[in-house]
Amino acid sequence: MQDPSPPTRFAAAARPESLLINMGPSHPAMHGTIRIMLELDGERILNSEVEVGYLHRGFEKTCEARTWFNLLIYTDRLNYVSPLINNLGYAMTMEKMLGLAVPERAQVIRALMSEVSRVSDHLTCLAAMAMECGAFTAFLYTMKAREFLWDVIEQTSGARMTTSYIRIGGVRADLHPDYAAHVAKALVETRKVLKDVHGLLDKNKIFLNRTRDVAVMSQEDAIAYGWTGPCLRSTGVRYDVRKAQPYLVYDRVAFDVPLGERGDNFDRYMVRMLEMEQSLRIVEQCVALLPKAAPGLTADGMPPAEAITEARRQKSGRPIRLSPNLEGSEKAVSKDIMAADGGAVIPPKEETYTSIEGLITHFKFFMKGHGIRPPKGEVYFAVEGGNGELGFYIVSDGTDRPYRLHLRGPCFHIVSALESLIKGRLIADVIPTFGSMNMIGGELDR
Amino acid sequence: MEEKDDLSALRAAWPGDILDAGTPFGDATIVIRPAALLAVMGALRAAPYSYTMLLDLTVVDYPDRPERFELVYHLLSIPRNRRIRIKLSVPESASVVASLTGIWKNAEWLEREAFDMFGVRFEGHPYMKRLFMYDGFEGHPLRKDYGLRHRQPPIPLRKP
Repeated sequence: MQDPSPPTRFAAAARPESLLINMGPSHPAMHGTIRIMLELDGERILNSEVEVGYLHRGFEKTCEARTWFNLLIYTDRLNYVSPLINNLGYAMTMEKMLGLAVPERAQVIRALMSEVSRVSDHLTCLAAMAMECGAFTAFLYTMKAREFLWDVIEQTSGARMTTSYIRIGGVRADLHPDYAAHVAKALVETRKVLKDVHGLLDKNKIFLNRTRDVAVMSQEDAIAYGWTGPCLRSTGVRYDVRKAQPYLVYDRVAFDVPLGERGDNFDRYMVRMLEMEQSLRIVEQCVALLPKAAPGLTADGMPPAEAITEARRQKSGRPIRLSPNLEGSEKAVSKDIMAADGGAVIPPKEETYTSIEGLITHFKFFMKGHGIRPPKGEVYFAVEGGNGELGFYIVSDGTDRPYRLHLRGPCFHIVSALESLIKGRLIADVIPTFGSMNMIGGELDR
Repeated sequence: MEEKDDLSALRAAWPGDILDAGTPFGDATIVIRPAALLAVMGALRAAPYSYTMLLDLTVVDYPDRPERFELVYHLLSIPRNRRIRIKLSVPESASVVASLTGIWKNAEWLEREAFDMFGVRFEGHPYMKRLFMYDGFEGHPLRKDYGLRHRQPPIPLRKP
């Protein structure tokens, strides 16, 4: 049988005397999912070709076969370091299409959760980048801080990564009653770690040699490659979706947009470091924006089975309250965290478990051919993800599932510039350059 | 509204090539003839429109329409802080569109993805190779007639 793979452009153009090597897909610094083919003269990279797609799992095709509500779980797996921002991007695109108004409390919670996710995203990127340059201490410190941030997320959403917490119309459940203490702890610990990492890396000669003036990106090229987010801002272009087209409560909180000057690896590191401080500022302000406690919030509710038993008694002496963090929300809380639209959001679980009308509404929401029915049309909406503009383009044909759903993943565009950035540099420069891009396979390959 | 100004200015400048313009759900959208793609995109990138960034390119497959593939481009103007969507449709029999690789650098990967997923070809593209799928993959997975659980035949082992 004939070999189906013709030689790649890179292999066809390679000089016979130069050395060709594969970096990845199974290489510890390639984050598991990318292959860079290098043509080397000694240690100098003459040419390269980046091959992606190792983590392609048909996200868009799968979404076309799921209902509007069900496909939310797949968005968790896009940028798996900041899943809440992916949830947010999808939910807000759908809200734009449905014309839903989200209650203010839910908006503040969403902003808070996005910023916590953004910090954990940047921490992960810098942790990997520093570790691959040999700075294992910085890696351990940042991972420690990330655990405290994920405690905040886990406490409220019940999961560290696959959260599915931000839903169309609002958020799934109110914040955990004890969230403020965890947020305060995470803020203290993260600030401590940021100070330590600044001390470890900012003037570290080994780190500077590998990042300063390495892989310099010009403003024009960054725009021509479609760069957004921290990588674009490291070149000095002021574009942040949170400032340019404010969503949620970002027009009401004070924060700065840190900019770089040279667009090299070090600037990409530094912009992320400074952005985390700004994100922590936003988190603080979001906590202040939230009233002290949600009305009707109960810390210790009943498990659903007990609530059902209680509801069946003719005269139950006890008030029927479900645990706020188990399956969403009591009726009293629901109006603060979910939009009031019967067709687009699930009714509060309390109604589902305790009244026949609630049960019918619940079933109708999940039945095939029912549920969310947006109007025909197409819509694009973008939020500022960990890596930049995270956009969803959704085409609806009026049925219960998307006709087409497309994700504009920010790191797709960033990684497409990798070949040009490493050309002519040393093979060791690939590692910090690739690390500073924060390639996330789930988002790039989809 | 300013966005309306952009759209009416574009309509006046390209009377025969812009088939439709509007702002559904608040997104500025124009529909153009495929032949005018390069000229319109070049004009949009330059001043006064200054849509300097190609945000996204994707394709929507409508198997029932005579012009089956709808290409959807999203542009962003950072100085003017606005986005625009450009759409054009091509039939399956002549699904060749001009490549934008001469205008935007990320068009190379975006167009490779569109080719990989839908089989739309781009004229003038330097390296029309599948992006996510492997060489030897049969069909184009995001087309509507490609089944969700469709399986691929095993690929032969490469000779050393």
